[in-house]
Amino acid sequence: MATIAEPISEKAFTGTPRKVTAHITQNEALMFEKSSPGKKGYKLPPLDVPEVDAQALLGSAARESTGALPELSEIEIIRHFTRLSTWNYAIDLGMYPLGSCTMKYNPRVNEYVSRLEGIAEAHPYQPESLSQGALQVIKSLQECLLEITGMDAITLQPAAGAHGEFTGILLVRAYHQSRGNPRKTIIIPDSAHGTNPATAAICGYQVVNLKSNAQGGIDVAALEALVNEDTAALMLTNPSTIGVFEHQIHKIADVLHARGALLYMDGANMNALVGKTRPGDFGVDVMHLNLHKTFSTPHGGGGPGSGPVACKKILEPFLPTPVVAESSDGTLHFNYNRPQSVGRVRMFYGNFGMFVRALAYILANGPDGLRQTTEDAVLNANYIRAKLEDLYELPYKTPSMHEVVFSDRRQVRNGIKTGDLAKRLIDYGFHPYTTSFPLIVPGALMIEPTESESREELDLFIDAMRQIAREAEENPQLILDAPHSTRISRLDETGAARKPILRWKPNTE
Amino acid sequence: MRYLPKSPAEREAMLAEIGVSGINDLFSSVPEEYRLTHDLAIPRQMGESEIVDYFKQAAAHNANGYSSFLGAGAYRHYRPVIIDSLVQRGEFLTSYTPYQAEITQGTLQAIFEFQTMICELTGMDIANASMYDGSTGAAEAVMMAVRITGRGDVLVARTVHPEYREVMQTYAQHQGHVAHELAYGEDGRVDLKALDQSLTENTACVLVQSPNFFGLIEDIPAIADIVHKKGALLIVSIAEAVSLGIVRPPVEADIVSLEAQSFGVALSYGGPYCGVIAAKEKYLRQMPGRLVGETKDKHGRRGFVLTLSTREQHIRREKATSNICTNQALVALMTTIFLTVYGKEGIKELAQQNLAKAHYAVGALSRHGKLLFAGTPRFHEFVLETDEAPEQLNARLLDHKIIGGLSLARWYPELGNATLWCATELTTREQIDQAAAILAEAPVAAAVR
Ligand SMILES: Cc1ncc(COP(=O)(O)O)c(C=O)c1O
Repeated sequence: MATIAEPISEKAFTGTPRKVTAHITQNEALMFEKSSPGKKGYKLPPLDVPEVDAQALLGSAARESTGALPELSEIEIIRHFTRLSTWNYAIDLGMYPLGSCTMKYNPRVNEYVSRLEGIAEAHPYQPESLSQGALQVIKSLQECLLEITGMDAITLQPAAGAHGEFTGILLVRAYHQSRGNPRKTIIIPDSAHGTNPATAAICGYQVVNLKSNAQGGIDVAALEALVNEDTAALMLTNPSTIGVFEHQIHKIADVLHARGALLYMDGANMNALVGKTRPGDFGVDVMHLNLHKTFSTPHGGGGPGSGPVACKKILEPFLPTPVVAESSDGTLHFNYNRPQSVGRVRMFYGNFGMFVRALAYILANGPDGLRQTTEDAVLNANYIRAKLEDLYELPYKTPSMHEVVFSDRRQVRNGIKTGDLAKRLIDYGFHPYTTSFPLIVPGALMIEPTESESREELDLFIDAMRQIAREAEENPQLILDAPHSTRISRLDETGAARKPILRWKPNTE
Repeated sequence: MRYLPKSPAEREAMLAEIGVSGINDLFSSVPEEYRLTHDLAIPRQMGESEIVDYFKQAAAHNANGYSSFLGAGAYRHYRPVIIDSLVQRGEFLTSYTPYQAEITQGTLQAIFEFQTMICELTGMDIANASMYDGSTGAAEAVMMAVRITGRGDVLVARTVHPEYREVMQTYAQHQGHVAHELAYGEDGRVDLKALDQSLTENTACVLVQSPNFFGLIEDIPAIADIVHKKGALLIVSIAEAVSLGIVRPPVEADIVSLEAQSFGVALSYGGPYCGVIAAKEKYLRQMPGRLVGETKDKHGRRGFVLTLSTREQHIRREKATSNICTNQALVALMTTIFLTVYGKEGIKELAQQNLAKAHYAVGALSRHGKLLFAGTPRFHEFVLETDEAPEQLNARLLDHKIIGGLSLARWYPELGNATLWCATELTTREQIDQAAAILAEAPVAAAVR
């Protein structure tokens, strides 16, 4: 194993990570390579009905071999996945400042309550009379989210942010269609996340690109020039992907509304707003939330998420089927009779297990806790900004909210890019920030600490970033070769894409 | 607030170091008229014990202690305990998408193993890292086929899960392609003649489900022959993944869209589940979603990375193969652990038990109703037609704490008093016998209600 930060030359500055010490991790092969015939990790109870002859029942549809599935015992399976787990970084280990991702603490009580038997074992088609608890969870969460966003109506069906965008833009389309013309274009700022244009395209819209102004925000005059009778909506992220609140938001809404277009808000950055201001109050017509960002449901290595879509009254008739409704006797049921609905965007009712977790989070916070959470998130980002802006280029000086976006401009002079700095941060015991966007900042360092970091953790991060800035000046090769402390060094991504190996095969290795 | 790691004094000190006099200075870019000056009207902050009580009460208002014959796209199978032990390790639970490969090898290797097992089970060459669920996966598979063929018509079997079809329709409506429904024949499966007649030069793909919504196994080789003759693609959707332990994989398909919930994922009132798309290798560039590939580091050590991302939204934006970003990674991990536990022999034995239970249930229940599509091979679901209306029948069963078959009237009115029943390895002989005994009781008892 390499030790941390091996100096490549005795003279050059090599920083001292204060947060971490190298330790041993276990090697572990692919499960298929560990398998041997006859080992078992399961035991089924004896069959209490007569055996059947599959060949006779299924005929030519009977399966001959189940292929190369592994055969392992339980202890080996536990060790296999436990060893793999130790190769991951996680919020539970420390700060995870991925901008735009809101990597906050995932409370364990959320996990506990989502696994209560009556919740985890509820079948989506069990009678509504036997689902009142589940329906109540849906209704309560909807009410909380409507209050938090200031909107009028909501669906919890979408499975993630991008799926929420899809649903929201379908609402926009159905609204315009109901007025005779679906319109043709969606305006998207050049600072937007890639899912925004991808969503507009699958909803049958052309994307019109809006160039950001010198402050990285919406250029209202440019917007005004772009909006016309073909414009269905503007997809706006607020605070923007550089962490800045669009202070001209009401003008933006007015410009759109004056021409019959709608304002869609990508709510990825809602963690900067909860309890302090409400999109419904500042002119947003439709928006999505990410329960897996703002409302603490775990990211799980890439999902599951949940992307509720909230909208104003004018869009309510178009919400996906079904919606939860209250009967005259106070019981809850699903209403499927929605003639103007955009249809269904997912089977059943959405990622219900995430609703339980998000509601548990809201209950644990209450109004005061949610507000304090937002304030701490913004405080942390501004603290980092104040402590690093002398060493890292701040392309937009506008006030930061929950995240701060630097650029690598000064470090590039020594041949070091944001991705290199990010790799070196790993040696200091941190997960890197976001490097790949926003596109309006070449070489972006998009840092979102969230509220979950203590001052000590922030100080360690700041210390690491400051030492790395010095290394970039005095010892650039050290950074270019980073990380030095991980199980593996930088991987050959070009090779991976050129000759893709996407599965294990019995005859390789 | 117990999740927030700061004392009031620390907050003050940090504000001072930033150089502002109060926290609201940091919100000055929010126009004053939009700043909230009162508390949100949501429940007050609760202690942990109160939260647990709240959800225990909610759980108590759901079905508890019922035996259930429900399936229809959400299946009750035993979930080995180690699944939850392992996925609750913080390193899996609380990490993000593995963008930084050096510190996410655990997630990456597990996804690579997932992709491999999905390929082995479905008979396809490649599989992605997951989709939201089976319904959106099927819809994305259709869009994929439209891109590959450049044709605009889609044929969807009526025996595909009705909610999958609805989702497909929602996705299709603005893609400029048109979906047509394909009837089922007397045997409850795709009517091959109708299929042959419906295919045109402009048919991009045919979407079928097997086992289909009635639990019947479609004749995939025959369907594939007909579809391929017209140059269209065959997409097979699989809603009950455990069937793959005993049912021949749809190797003739071009794309397979699988819902893997049956592999150790809780029912959880309909989600989160785990979709996945698998396909023939030649369609790799049109695959939606994330892919993990094997590669080497500079010392030649094996490692895994997210790869071929030039298909995806963060690079291609409006030209991406899909807008999907966050997928269902942790749920895919659950299915990976489940498949490792059961393994090569266990998945077979499990499927065999399901087949046997359903066979027994068919025998017991069809004495008091008519088994529809009787001669067609099926896995573990079946359709029963009764004299009694499903609502009455189910009300009588509920009195005995049994949730009976799902009424099909909403989607298949032509089938009359039809209910869809499912038996899995968790269904006991006693439960089946009891349900049969209640079915046998005179419907006169129901009329009294
Ligand atoms: C600004 C923004 N919009 C949309 C998305 C997509 O959300 P999801 O990954 O939940 O689909 C993201 C995800 O990172 C994002 O940062």
